[in-house]
Amino acid sequence: MTYDIAIDGKHYRLDLDQVEGRWSCRLDGRDVEVDAVLARRDVLSLRIGNQAYEVKCERVGNDTHIWVGSMRYAAEVRDPRSLRGRVRTADEHGPKKLTAPMPGKVVRILVAQGDEVEAGAGILVVEAMKMQNEVKSPKKGMIQKIQVQEGAAVNAGDVLAIVE
Amino acid sequence: MFKKILIANRGEIAVRVIRACHEMGIAAVAVYSDVDRASLHVRKADEAYHIGAPAASESYLNIQKILDVAARSGADAIHPGYGFLSENAKFARACVEAGVKFIGPTAAAMDAMGSKTRARQAMEKVGIPFVPGTSRGLESFEQAEEVAARIGYPIMLKAAAGGGGKGMRLVHAPEELKSALEGARSEAERSFADSEVYIEKAIINPRHIEMQILADEHGNTVYLGERECSLQRRHQKVVEEAPSPIVDADMRRRMGEVAVRVAQAAGYTNAGTIEFLVDQQKNFYFLEMNTRLQVEHPVTELITGLDLVHLQIHIANGEPLPFKQQDVTIRGHAIECRIYAEDPDNNYFPSPGKITLLLLPSGPGIRRDSGMYEGWNVPMDYDPLLAKLIGYGTDRDQAIGRLRRALNEYFVGGIKTNISLFRRILNHPDFQAANIDTGFLDRLLKQKNAEASLPADSHAMEIAAIAAGMFAALGSSAAGLGERTVIDGSANKAVPVSDWKASARREGLQ
Repeated sequence: MTYDIAIDGKHYRLDLDQVEGRWSCRLDGRDVEVDAVLARRDVLSLRIGNQAYEVKCERVGNDTHIWVGSMRYAAEVRDPRSLRGRVRTADEHGPKKLTAPMPGKVVRILVAQGDEVEAGAGILVVEAMKMQNEVKSPKKGMIQKIQVQEGAAVNAGDVLAIVE
Repeated sequence: MFKKILIANRGEIAVRVIRACHEMGIAAVAVYSDVDRASLHVRKADEAYHIGAPAASESYLNIQKILDVAARSGADAIHPGYGFLSENAKFARACVEAGVKFIGPTAAAMDAMGSKTRARQAMEKVGIPFVPGTSRGLESFEQAEEVAARIGYPIMLKAAAGGGGKGMRLVHAPEELKSALEGARSEAERSFADSEVYIEKAIINPRHIEMQILADEHGNTVYLGERECSLQRRHQKVVEEAPSPIVDADMRRRMGEVAVRVAQAAGYTNAGTIEFLVDQQKNFYFLEMNTRLQVEHPVTELITGLDLVHLQIHIANGEPLPFKQQDVTIRGHAIECRIYAEDPDNNYFPSPGKITLLLLPSGPGIRRDSGMYEGWNVPMDYDPLLAKLIGYGTDRDQAIGRLRRALNEYFVGGIKTNISLFRRILNHPDFQAANIDTGFLDRLLKQKNAEASLPADSHAMEIAAIAAGMFAALGSSAAGLGERTVIDGSANKAVPVSDWKASARREGLQ
């Protein structure tokens, strides 16, 4: 199986197969000798050559992070079947979703639908553990939609508003 | 001895007290709010009672509801933990009236120490050293000007009813005084419904060192050594250690004797802490008394070999202290890290949510007092303290080494924690050399994070890429809790039968 993997935005091509319980692994066309044991859910013990690593996988909503020691990397994995047509609209153009950074309560909405906002302008305020957190606009644009009301309870990753 | 103790608290401290009860053969009663049904203290207790809505005023701060549970459960004593009702004289009084023992000081002793100006007046009478200033609230701006000029700038304005940095203003020069006084007054009024403000000489970058005392109900009071608590952010402690690297045996004895005098002047009983400010010449000044068990009590337990919660319970049971001052010895060094659910990349904002993966440190010299477990949803309604990680060693260097090692073993996935901050602190040369004061952490946080600004480690990224592919290839067998059904404690939702249960049933049929 071939994967296109992005680690903190850097792309790798990984060929990975399991043959009789052993991994065969090519990273960007280079053979890598890897011995892996799934120690428990989300924890891999890796041996690369004779170097040993404990690698953790952290999943929150749709985001995956891979921890190597105390370093944390954002990971995106695409296999060939879904390689086409799944490119993210992460550019400056097109609508952008504002998501809740943490579970909490929407205590204030600072803008109205249709308002023009600058990048970094406060859109709404979410409160958790007695602390208030301003959710800011990721780009200059117009508030296309506000998805929540004041007083609403939200979960991390919930879409709060869309900026066009 | 008590048969049953109600713990009027939640989180790691409730678990800590429940464990002490069980070690002493006492039944433990938990209380919980709507969002705490699945919390660890409910799992560990012998009995658990629902007390209401998440807002503390509806649950953990509601005196009537807690006393009702004491009556229903037949508890003969209440341990308040820290925070919530622990320093509430009204609650201590209500316990006496309800005929249930409050494990802590009397309401009268709390009243004497509760207001900072009243405590100062009482302590002045017995010759306790203070930071120069007024021990009464300021009556006018003119009086404030006169006092500030007399003791010399910089000065600190403080709310008499204050705590947590509210109603505090540092004033460097006379022209700043008027607006600072107005600001402190209105903030004190808003936060404590009491606008009384007083003046103290400001000690720039002092150390914050506190002395643990224990007093029984027969007039015996001892001190158990100091804790260095200078590492603070927004006036909240983050790292504590014992003993303090700058306190020698002579200074410890002098501070300890002052602390005992303070406690005795207030007619104090049970566990308490006297906080001091220490300037660069090692002069120490009485700051305030905390009339409860402290969050950081484990560091004192490790270096004295005493269990403070056991002793609190024995004292409340009317027993005399089982040892004398000369029996208290200090051995080794202990450091505590407060693990909070907060996001280091987002200005340490709270980060509640579900813990999807939890890997725990262990091994020599490591103590972990925790209120969390894998699969638990950290509620957004309370203080973000998750756990305390305490390292103990023969000396300070070994304690630091063990703690650094344990922090690398500790992994909390799904939510953000401040574990990386402790790595930065413990790796800092000034911390290792014990050059710390209350300004240390603010200065550290202004510096660039060396760990984050390292050039991208291409080798580690390649390992991450390989591992990411393997997690994907292994599919759902390697996937986290997100895939699983979680049982919601408050509702009786259908729960899929586990493989384990299914196989037990099959075996039962054979």
